[in-house]
Amino acid sequence: MKPAAWFDRRGWSDIIIGVPYAWAIVFILVPIVIVSALSFAVPVLNSPPYAFAQSWPYVSTGSFHRLFADSIYVRSFGVSLFNAGVATVLCLLIGYPMALGLTRVSKAANRVLLMLIVLPFWTSFLLRVYAWIGLMGTTSWFNRLLTSLYNVLVPQAWHVPHIQIMYTNFAVIFVVVYSYLPFMILPLYANLEKLDRTLDEAAMDLGSRPWQVFVDVTLPLSMPGIIAGGLLVFIPAAGELVIPGLVGNMADPMIGAIISEEFGLNHDWPMAASISVALLVVLVVPLMAYTRFQSRAEAGARG
Amino acid sequence: MTITRRQALKASAPLLAVPWCLSCTKAGNELNIYSWADYIGEDTIADFSAITGIKVNYDTYNSTPEMEAKMLAGSTGYDVVNQSGVTLRDFVKAGVYARLDKNRLPNWNNLDPAVLAIAAGYNPDNAYGMPYMWGSTGMTYNLDMVRARLPDADLESLDTIFDPANAAKLADCGISLLDDQSLVWIVMSYLGKPRDVYSKAVMDDVVRTVKRVRPYIRTFDSSNFLVSLPNKEMCVVNNWSGDYATARRRAREAGVDIDLGYFVPKTSAPAWIDMYCLVSDGLNRDNAYKFLNYMMMPEVIAKCTNHIRYANANLASRRFVDRAVLEDTTIYPTKDVLARLYAPKSLSAADSRLINDAINAIKAG
Repeated sequence: MKPAAWFDRRGWSDIIIGVPYAWAIVFILVPIVIVSALSFAVPVLNSPPYAFAQSWPYVSTGSFHRLFADSIYVRSFGVSLFNAGVATVLCLLIGYPMALGLTRVSKAANRVLLMLIVLPFWTSFLLRVYAWIGLMGTTSWFNRLLTSLYNVLVPQAWHVPHIQIMYTNFAVIFVVVYSYLPFMILPLYANLEKLDRTLDEAAMDLGSRPWQVFVDVTLPLSMPGIIAGGLLVFIPAAGELVIPGLVGNMADPMIGAIISEEFGLNHDWPMAASISVALLVVLVVPLMAYTRFQSRAEAGARG
Repeated sequence: MTITRRQALKASAPLLAVPWCLSCTKAGNELNIYSWADYIGEDTIADFSAITGIKVNYDTYNSTPEMEAKMLAGSTGYDVVNQSGVTLRDFVKAGVYARLDKNRLPNWNNLDPAVLAIAAGYNPDNAYGMPYMWGSTGMTYNLDMVRARLPDADLESLDTIFDPANAAKLADCGISLLDDQSLVWIVMSYLGKPRDVYSKAVMDDVVRTVKRVRPYIRTFDSSNFLVSLPNKEMCVVNNWSGDYATARRRAREAGVDIDLGYFVPKTSAPAWIDMYCLVSDGLNRDNAYKFLNYMMMPEVIAKCTNHIRYANANLASRRFVDRAVLEDTTIYPTKDVLARLYAPKSLSAADSRLINDAINAIKAG
């Protein structure tokens, strides 16, 4: 019997392929179904604190009605999408040149630089956010430095005792960009590294200037990397709970904080579930757009 | 030898039963406790185990919502839980906790009648909770920063923050209010509204009052002030008495020279009392009673207070509490301050919705 022959027997390959499917069903599909079902329940004072209606149609859409009746939900959706969008664009603007640079340096430098990008992950995420809280605070050396620079640059009348960075929406976007930047750089780098450099040379030979080479060759070919990195930043940033809670401004809550409040403080599990379902719908749309884009790109490559 | 698919499946089938077998293990000589983090004496649990031979699993939580979500979901496996008084009634209604059999708690007599009277506001006759630690809701001021801006302010009056003229002067050193129902309660008392009566009109008044000073308020927060107070990021913080003590200790540990003062508003404020409760579906009821009795022994509870610096509800323990702790009026309030405290009644779903809407309206600015 050949070494790999046992695997070729149909049963074994079915079992092995079945494992990831089973994983996806148990840990992704089933929870989504549970949360979706929960969103049609009503909150009651019990353990667990929800119940389904006893008569036809057995479901309540009350939570979804409230989603639109109370402006806080739509507003916080807006804040979340805005913050995540701005953060994604900033990550792209900062991350793209870094990823491109990584493919253009020597092998030794490349290894060191990649290491430096991954290095922050070795420190607890929460600790890094707390470090920024210390830096952004009104009494920190960092803030004093920024303030004195600002006061030198502007006329006397505009002078401020300190710059308020903490508890602003700016701080949220800033820390999100800082935290998620590696998630943009790494997929971009993986994509850019595979690009055929001879295409650049061919374009140069045909008279393109470096800028035109970038716009006409590198950028279109790196689209899958941009989209992968963009989704990796956008989706978790939109649902971010910890960062706005620590550095954010309470007037513009993000949707994660609202879900946590409904679940924890108000004990309204159906409301929390219906917001989660709405968030899922909002976030799944870009994901589906991405798969469509990718399958079209693959079809294009073949055709 | 080759293993066929059928053999492999047959061999692994018993694995499916593992989850059931794990949960059907019999209750041994154990006790499962779920409590606030950093909320007990250093050796309390070890001593209890040494005396009784009971193996204790002591789990901790860091936020009320975390603990409440777990308890509401049910089947936690815990026997004894640290529950805040304010929401106790809801959890009793939901069937989470069991009634205490006082006959099995001979040490109950050690408890402070004054604290028991307040706690009875949360559950009549204290039928479901054994009061553990307690304190007040109030204002922590960075005295130097506040006096530099408002030399004559009466810090026991909420005019200091809710009068726009005062708030404007304090705005640059940072005002933080509780992101919690307690904020609505102290404002209702400040406005002289009757306790525990909620209506749209009352909430509108509360919102209007806070909105007048809203531009001067830097944030609404229920935990991060433990960092922002020692950092001098905030000079006025609406919080709970225990947090004031923690913030002061942290500042001292960090070598920050900071003069903090804690005041309970003259217009009255909600007390908080944390209880030990018995979980309805706990398997080790006898051990749970032993633990509650143990935690009402004067020497034991005094050691907890000396370590965590919260006032306990045990009158007999005062003899064993460190002088410095006992004489600290922010931990053990004076009679005058004690008279200002009350236990808010538990909220109906409609009341809670009114309060939450008011808090959201206030925060929205």
